[in-house]
Amino acid sequence: MGVTKENLEASLKAKLNPSHLEVVDTSGGCGASFVVEIVSEQFEGKRLLERHRMVNAALEEEMKEIHALSIKKTVTPEQWKQQQEANQSNAAA
Amino acid sequence: TIRCASALTPQLKSTLDTVIASNKIVLFMKGTKDFPQCGFSNTVVQILKSLNVPFETLNILENDMLRQGLKEYSSWPTFPQLYIDGEFFGGCDITVEAYKNGELQELLEKTMLS
Repeated sequence: MGVTKENLEASLKAKLNPSHLEVVDTSGGCGASFVVEIVSEQFEGKRLLERHRMVNAALEEEMKEIHALSIKKTVTPEQWKQQQEANQSNAAA
Repeated sequence: TIRCASALTPQLKSTLDTVIASNKIVLFMKGTKDFPQCGFSNTVVQILKSLNVPFETLNILENDMLRQGLKEYSSWPTFPQLYIDGEFFGGCDITVEAYKNGELQELLEKTMLS
């Protein structure tokens, strides 16, 4: 049993309506462990702490069984677009 | 109906209020600053050490009531938990991000001067 990547994706999609979502299972033997990247309009106007709180709240049930959750990115679609463009120009340089 | 008893008793809450009010930087972590027992806790310890600021650590692995109560106190489900100047600052990911963009240094400088 336990929590799966699919469980996390379903909960995050239902609660934060992301335009981009990436959940990576990084469990290495000591229990369920995940890295999350999420792009959502709901982060607009919110500080990083509040954004992380929103992700934690969306995963309230799953958190009871998760050993480690790393919230790598919580950005708005606008920030995401800027970051993607910056990455591309870096790659081209 | 059956309800789970809260781990955050009034006594624990007032103890935490005191600890956080009387130390400018407090890290609730797995292990101690000299012997971190989890990579996430270790990351935050190393960041604080590299910034040369005095900080207190409390080992939540030694006290399960503290561990459960803090999750409620901070409304934060995981450890480590960093408090700066009486306020919850964040967990490992937020601290790393703030360290990278310089916000953490700025806040700590302000805190140490206050």
